[in-house]
Amino acid sequence: MFPWLTALIAWPLVGAAVVGLGSLGRSRTGSASAGVGLARPLALLFSLVEVVLLVGAFAAFDTGAAAEHQLAATYPWIPQIGASYAVGVDGVGLLLVALAVVLVPLVLLAAWQEQGRDEVRLRRFVGLVLLLEAFMVAVFCARDVFLFYVLFEAMLIPAYFLIGGFGQGAGRRQAAVKFLMFSLGGGLIMLAAVIALYFLAVGAGVDPSRAFLVDELVGVDLGATAERLMFVGFFIAFAIKAPMVPVHSWLPDVAGNASPGTSTLLICVLDKVGTFGMLTLCLPLFPEASRWAAPFVIALAVISVLYGAIMAIMQTDLLRLVGWTSVSHFGFIILGIFTFTPLGTAGSSFMMLNHGLATGALFLVAGFLVSRHPEKSQRITDYRGLRSVTPVLAGTFLVAGLATLSLPGLATFVSEIMVLIGAFGGAPAGSAAWTVAAIPGVVLAAVYVLLTYQKIFTGAPAEGLEDLPDLKARERFVAAPLVAGLLVLGLVPGLALTYVDAPAEQSAALTAVDEPADAAAQMGSDK
Amino acid sequence: MNDVIGLAPWLIGFPLIGAAILLLGGKATDRWGHWLGVLASAASGVVGFILMFRMIGTPAEERSIDHHLWTWLSAGGLDVDLGIRLDPLSLTFVMLVTFVGTLIHVYSVAYMDHDPHRRRFFAYLNLFVAAMLTLVLADSYLLLFVGWEGVGLASYLLIGFWDTGRPSARENAVAAKKAFVMNRIGDMGLIAAMALMFSAVGSVRFADVLPAVAGDGTGPASALISTGTATAIGLCLLLAACGKSAQFPLQAWLGDAMAGPTPVSALIHAATMVTAGVYLMVRSGPILEAAPTAQLVVVIVGAVTLLFGAVVGTAKDDIKKALAASTMSQIGYMMLAAGLGPAGYAFAIFHLLTHGFFKAGLFLGAGSVMHAMSDQTDMRRFGGLSRFLPITWITMGLGWLAILGIPPFSGFWSKDGIIEAAFIPVEGQPWRAWVFGTVAVLGAAITAFYMTRLFFMTFGGRRPRWTEGQHPHEGSPLMWWPLVFLGVGSAALGAVLGIGGTFTTWLEPVVGQAEHHEPVLPVPVIITVTLVVVVLGALLAFRMYAVQLVPEEAPRGSVLTRAARRDLYQDAANETLVVLPAHGVARLVQVGDRDVVDRGWGVLPQAVSWFGAVFRKAQSGYVRSYAAGMAGGVLVIAAVAWLVVGLGGAQ
Amino acid sequence: MDITNYVVLAAALFAIGATTVLLRRNAIVVFMGVELMLNATNLAFVTFARLHGDLTGQVLAFFVMVVAAAEVVVGLAIIVTIFRTRRSASVDDVNLLKG
Repeated sequence: MFPWLTALIAWPLVGAAVVGLGSLGRSRTGSASAGVGLARPLALLFSLVEVVLLVGAFAAFDTGAAAEHQLAATYPWIPQIGASYAVGVDGVGLLLVALAVVLVPLVLLAAWQEQGRDEVRLRRFVGLVLLLEAFMVAVFCARDVFLFYVLFEAMLIPAYFLIGGFGQGAGRRQAAVKFLMFSLGGGLIMLAAVIALYFLAVGAGVDPSRAFLVDELVGVDLGATAERLMFVGFFIAFAIKAPMVPVHSWLPDVAGNASPGTSTLLICVLDKVGTFGMLTLCLPLFPEASRWAAPFVIALAVISVLYGAIMAIMQTDLLRLVGWTSVSHFGFIILGIFTFTPLGTAGSSFMMLNHGLATGALFLVAGFLVSRHPEKSQRITDYRGLRSVTPVLAGTFLVAGLATLSLPGLATFVSEIMVLIGAFGGAPAGSAAWTVAAIPGVVLAAVYVLLTYQKIFTGAPAEGLEDLPDLKARERFVAAPLVAGLLVLGLVPGLALTYVDAPAEQSAALTAVDEPADAAAQMGSDK
Repeated sequence: MNDVIGLAPWLIGFPLIGAAILLLGGKATDRWGHWLGVLASAASGVVGFILMFRMIGTPAEERSIDHHLWTWLSAGGLDVDLGIRLDPLSLTFVMLVTFVGTLIHVYSVAYMDHDPHRRRFFAYLNLFVAAMLTLVLADSYLLLFVGWEGVGLASYLLIGFWDTGRPSARENAVAAKKAFVMNRIGDMGLIAAMALMFSAVGSVRFADVLPAVAGDGTGPASALISTGTATAIGLCLLLAACGKSAQFPLQAWLGDAMAGPTPVSALIHAATMVTAGVYLMVRSGPILEAAPTAQLVVVIVGAVTLLFGAVVGTAKDDIKKALAASTMSQIGYMMLAAGLGPAGYAFAIFHLLTHGFFKAGLFLGAGSVMHAMSDQTDMRRFGGLSRFLPITWITMGLGWLAILGIPPFSGFWSKDGIIEAAFIPVEGQPWRAWVFGTVAVLGAAITAFYMTRLFFMTFGGRRPRWTEGQHPHEGSPLMWWPLVFLGVGSAALGAVLGIGGTFTTWLEPVVGQAEHHEPVLPVPVIITVTLVVVVLGALLAFRMYAVQLVPEEAPRGSVLTRAARRDLYQDAANETLVVLPAHGVARLVQVGDRDVVDRGWGVLPQAVSWFGAVFRKAQSGYVRSYAAGMAGGVLVIAAVAWLVVGLGGAQ
Repeated sequence: MDITNYVVLAAALFAIGATTVLLRRNAIVVFMGVELMLNATNLAFVTFARLHGDLTGQVLAFFVMVVAAAEVVVGLAIIVTIFRTRRSASVDDVNLLKG
């Protein structure tokens, strides 16, 4: 069988190598490398071929067994420490791979004129984007904890350079360092847990040459205290990535300073590694510890929902605002995961995809708007009355915004309502109360979206902005697939739910409590 | 019936396709787009007619049909179909929405004639019709919620239709946002209600949830929802209804919503969308009946809003805002009826239907007046218009008599039923019949006052109080034909459907048969008293606004008048009780995030760099100091080694 | 053979070299101090090799000589370059190592 996943991982790497090689020279004119001006088209071509590969992977995936990890391949990598190259995706992983693969060409297209005309700089930019794509695809496919960890950290490299080197805010370097420090801090804690996991697993009788394989580790009894400590190690890393209050501080700075395309890849795809990791590593590897921590995690998730929304309302910077909305949405995702209901988990899995589409659209359209401003201002109050000047841009922004506030008919609504309805009946103590506390998040979402729309697009056009051009064909091509995806998945969510339903059932079964009364008593004694 | 059921999806399909074509078609559809909009709405109406005639021909017990289209959402134990529920209740709404909707579409062709964005207007109108039909045709709460928020979106888009290029653009946009956000506050209730239903019954379909509370032993699910849960669900649904129907305490958005074009006010904010809350209450009747507490709250909310709207209506000089207050008050009647159990449901819907006609007629009439008076809305600048706008005058007159409840006009048949139902005693709570009955009668009196005031301030009076340069005249036939239709409806609909209980019987398969109870007063007494106070209220207004001169500037007025002018300080109350505290919390979070969370994380790198600063001092860069350091280090190591070895050797 | 004399001589040479490095400013003289220290260690190596009857120490001495020769080449080149740019061979004028 054709190794679809390996191909999906390797192809962008090849692309990054081919496109990026010319960037190693210091030539400013681009004469040193053959094919001047080819960097962007070439990268776009690579990313489009990747989409074709994705279609192949979807065709090879058996939706009837979406809970199993399919298209799998396992090869020994460093047998001395038990690390393997093991890839495989279940339905959720496949959807996230799809999100990454679909967003990359759109981001490349959106950033077509963003990074100037310097060929070397362009090659570096698109090379980094393709490198990031390869790592992101790989991390969603990884079925080996060590491989996952390595990729989890490796993603930081292109991300760091994309933020710091190709951002548009004045504080991009600090933002890049902040991002790196938070991520590395989390990664370090996770590394300790990864190493402990290996030794405990070997101690529990797992074959040392395969002791990092997730499939080998599931169901191994590691001892309650150790399991909880390792859960905490993994969870902190994922919470930082997700990002969850109170370890979210890096996100608004990155959103405000990185280019919108980078933010899209970072926040819409890369950050999903956090929630994806919670779902596919924390829960199966440490089910007991997950139940133990759930009440606390749920509380933090709901605080994130409200906190992110309130902060979004208070923002004056458009791109930071979009960043904060993500804090709110990630709160919903985590709420759905840690209430352990099939419905909530399926909703969260679906939401990971939808959030990528909706927030991606919002980031990119906001980027189009900012790029039109004579001074590239990101201040919301520098805009006014643009609906009459740029109607298509306004309409697209509104649709993306409505998707962000989860309007019925759009995909985000389906996932959000699934999370809320599901989480309400969750097993952990306080699920219902915390879910009810999260519901005002939908009102706050309406406020931050519509308030922003009102400020930017209504009233009399601001001075100096009366002649802004409307969306160009290229920009419409970027927005159209995202809007169409949101609409189609909103009307026929079954297209995606087939992929997430079975994994959600399985995940909920893993963490299900046999005797609810026992668990409640245990939960009580733990306090 | 089964042979035409396949048409049902087209009820929603036609306007939805219309909206899609108009929105995506762009400027290419500018020339004929408005007629496409009319056609889509009319086509939907034709389908509705066909379905209704076939429904009338079916036996009563077969009049509830769930038509499954496709599985919309199926995951994690939640199964929601894209399904249509056809029954007398939903078909009543279909008829109201498509008939009044089509008339208003036609009216808008002329009303919006000079607007460069008429196509967009019709796209939104079609979107609204599609969403509203989804709301009433849905067979589950979740699908209802889709329509519910869909109409909210259409309402948002249409209130803010003029959100650029006018002096009031920003205000319109703010009004639109206010409406959407307040609706969303209500929507929280619907979300919470669905969560409760799912955790209790495992489904959000009407067919599963409603029997589960009915307690009539249908199926094993009959005991799934306890009284406590039913009360919680009922109150959550009421919250949703309050948001959508502008009921107390979520009423503040409706007055501002008049910023939209007048046909929008007629269709969305008078005839159809704002009554969706009543629909929700009646549809969820079994839940309310299982929860007497929730029912009582519904009645109280209805009664409070009824008086609130009526009082506000007496003081408004803006014709649209006066009508908006009246709408709020009339929906208060319906809500009150919806909380009275099976005895009230049919009259709630009946009043909803007649109100849909006469209030749409009144609004369109107001639009016609505004059209004639250069978009003036201040009634103190009208007066004596009956000679210039005869058709508007007569049709609005019919609407006026209907809303007053003068027999035999429409309002009499429906409103009187509600007042009678309010007087029906409730076991163990004898005060209820008297309190709510009195409120209903009092409301009727105030209604008579403010509507008469509105009517005579506009059309009556010996002296016109117009601003300079007005030449009022009737608009095109496209504008007055809808008025005529609605006027006829205002006059006759009530009698046609009310005499002999035709409408009540028609709804019986849905709302159940009400046991007959005698009101605390004999029915003729109630009718007489109501009529007497209505006539008194009308006469008082006639004396004040038709006989006496109306000042062009509003007099200062009493405390109550000034309060009513400012909507009984609803905005100030919201500002003080909700917005300011919320803003305070938001500021606190913002400052906390910057100074505690962000700065807290900043402590770590600061500590690292402090250590670095200390040790950096050693790095002078001078080779000899490094060499000295090395030499010193060697000496120290040697000394330590010697000491250790020396001590070791000593042993 | 009395080992003490050799070791004392080596220690003395090393101390002189170290003192030179620490006290003199002229880079070339500092360099000579370094060489002196290297040769002191060489002497110690050879002494102990002879004492133990084993060639390892002598081999190491050769290594040190080779490395020292290479070091002289690189070091002198650096000194010359610095002298050209700064007109000074004083080690205290140069603090390029400062972080």
